Amino acid sequence: MYKNFFRYLISAIFLLGFSVNSNADFKVGFVYVGPTGDHGWTFQHHEGRNAVEAAGIKTTFVESVPEGADAERVIRQLAQSGHDLIFTTSFGYMDPTNKVAKDFPNVKFEHATGYKREHSNVSTYSARFYEGRTLLGHIAGKMTKTNTIGYIASFPIPEVIRGINAMTLAAQKVNPNIKTKIVWVFTWYDPGKEAEAAQALIDQGADVIMQHTDSTAPVQTAEKAGVWSFGQASDMQRFAPKSILTSIIDDWAPYYVERAIAARDGSWNQQDTWHGLKEGMVAMGPYNSAMGADLVKEVEQLQKDLASGKVHSFTGPIYDQKGNILVAEGKVADDGMLAGMSVYVKGVEGDIPK
Amino acid sequence: MIKIEKRNDVPMALYFFTPFIAIILTILGGGIIFYILGFNPIEALKFYFITPVSNLYGLSELLLKATPLCLIAIGLSFCFKSNNWNIGAEGQLTFGAIVGGGVALLFYNQEGFHILPLVILAGAIGGMIFALIPAILKTYFNTNEILVSLMLVYVSKLLLDYLVVGPWSNPEGFNFPETRQFSDSSRMPLLFEGLRIHAGIFLALGAVMLSWFILYKTYLGFQIKVSGLSLKTAKYAGFKGKTMILVVFMISGACAGLAGVGEITGPIGQLHRMISPDYGFTAIIVAFLGRLNPFGIIFASLVVALTYLGAETAQIFLQIPKYTGQVFQGMILFFLLASDYLLFFKVKNLNLKKNDLRH
Repeated sequence: MYKNFFRYLISAIFLLGFSVNSNADFKVGFVYVGPTGDHGWTFQHHEGRNAVEAAGIKTTFVESVPEGADAERVIRQLAQSGHDLIFTTSFGYMDPTNKVAKDFPNVKFEHATGYKREHSNVSTYSARFYEGRTLLGHIAGKMTKTNTIGYIASFPIPEVIRGINAMTLAAQKVNPNIKTKIVWVFTWYDPGKEAEAAQALIDQGADVIMQHTDSTAPVQTAEKAGVWSFGQASDMQRFAPKSILTSIIDDWAPYYVERAIAARDGSWNQQDTWHGLKEGMVAMGPYNSAMGADLVKEVEQLQKDLASGKVHSFTGPIYDQKGNILVAEGKVADDGMLAGMSVYVKGVEGDIPK
Repeated sequence: MIKIEKRNDVPMALYFFTPFIAIILTILGGGIIFYILGFNPIEALKFYFITPVSNLYGLSELLLKATPLCLIAIGLSFCFKSNNWNIGAEGQLTFGAIVGGGVALLFYNQEGFHILPLVILAGAIGGMIFALIPAILKTYFNTNEILVSLMLVYVSKLLLDYLVVGPWSNPEGFNFPETRQFSDSSRMPLLFEGLRIHAGIFLALGAVMLSWFILYKTYLGFQIKVSGLSLKTAKYAGFKGKTMILVVFMISGACAGLAGVGEITGPIGQLHRMISPDYGFTAIIVAFLGRLNPFGIIFASLVVALTYLGAETAQIFLQIPKYTGQVFQGMILFFLLASDYLLFFKVKNLNLKKNDLRH
């Protein structure tokens, strides 16, 4: 009896001491795949880090960490050097994150866009970017004169295909004649290739350019050619003020602050987060006045409805390219189907590269 | 007027000492850069050069990083010593990894002791074949090997891109650009529990020993060195230049291929698009810093590997931009070439001489 009492007392003191100690020294680490100045993916994660810092929590980051053999060492070093929570912000860090997490059960790990949570101290998170794509589709469908939308795509993973489909469905709703042309560039960041792809799409008659890559090259190419475009990941308006109709903005800040505070206060637990417009992880840049007041109003209403859940990006009936039904009338696609999406919907041209 | 003249008497001791001067100058230059950036230079240099290797894990990571650099640089030393400018080791590394990785993928669901040796052999052969392309073009069509080998880097990288996105991508991997994980039998055995240093280091050490033997104890080594000093002499002596070019490129490619296969069967464990952070190019610095000498290359690969690790540590602890690592590598090469220039040439002031004559 006494023995147990003392054991509890000692462990309580230990825990108290430990938590007080960790409160003062609490540190959050970030691993970035690109430079903080890429004005796209990494830039937005860095903004999220700045918000954590502004909330009074110490942070560290390592930029341009290759997704090869080096990632594991960087993650491990962050864990070893007293970081209590580590955000690994690219898909390629999935296996290294889980590997290091196994060896550091007291450190919490948050991996962006992955699907492996092999240990209880690994969470994953991503954003419902496709909700933003629905808005872009609506705008594109209304703005295009050639009925051709050009789409620069990175890799044929579910996230990218989901975006293409969400955009096409929304555009078809307002303009049944819409065609989506896609160029696969097989890179997340290569200004040269992205610019070439944008030009190729413009040459094929696209007068709205959309990208699922991170550089500002496509919007700049669109600006030069005098066609419409949309910013990706961050507000790219200042790179193409005339051409950009709006941007899909990844806003990681609220999530990062919430998770950092939870980890510091001991209420962190494993989860798989997929937030969208509702929670603010997906935000929209300012709407270009060239859209006209009516369209802006329409899109703002749609944005509200998507956030409230009144409208879903994937509402049936949805058909694949061959005309087979994917989602029945009156139903919406569930998260499982969205997460594994690997076919185009009707109206998208071409085949998914295999 | 000044005139630059070749020195006739370059002391060998100084020749091997200048790399150290270059490293010291780099450290001093780095300190100045840190100071300008607003960091305490002593503290920054400590995080750069001491903290990364202050524990067992760090030492293991240093060796892990130095292994591919050492292997590639050993191979390059054969080419460079014989006046063959193979700049495409990165491509040979990539192609070696493709061939080795292909074999590993064939055995993805099998275990057995025969698999790893096959994978390693395939990697070496892959690198060798890829290096033969610029060599054959040079010997039989008189093309420039610098250009051809460099351009082939992009060919092999695009081929790797194509394979991991398309035919070799993991069928259960949601189309992400990566292959399946290799089976355990295709992986380099780890030397210590909990550390990443693997048996690949023996390949590097073996290459060092073998290259020392070939370069200093065999007729081939003699041919290589003579060709490097004077191609005319080599021809006059009746050496078969073409065969030698093919051989040095094959050795170089095999070493780069081994480095590639060491990375994918060691720390990475699969093929994807980022198997090497340009080891093939960094190894050129290593080869020259090591004076194309097998044992010098061991030392140089450790120094250059440390600049990679130091850049990470300095960013973690002091938030110094990670690109300083590349600045350091650039400075090492710059100071080495600069001190070499002063070592091999002397500057004469001709104005002074004229005046001397007049009086």
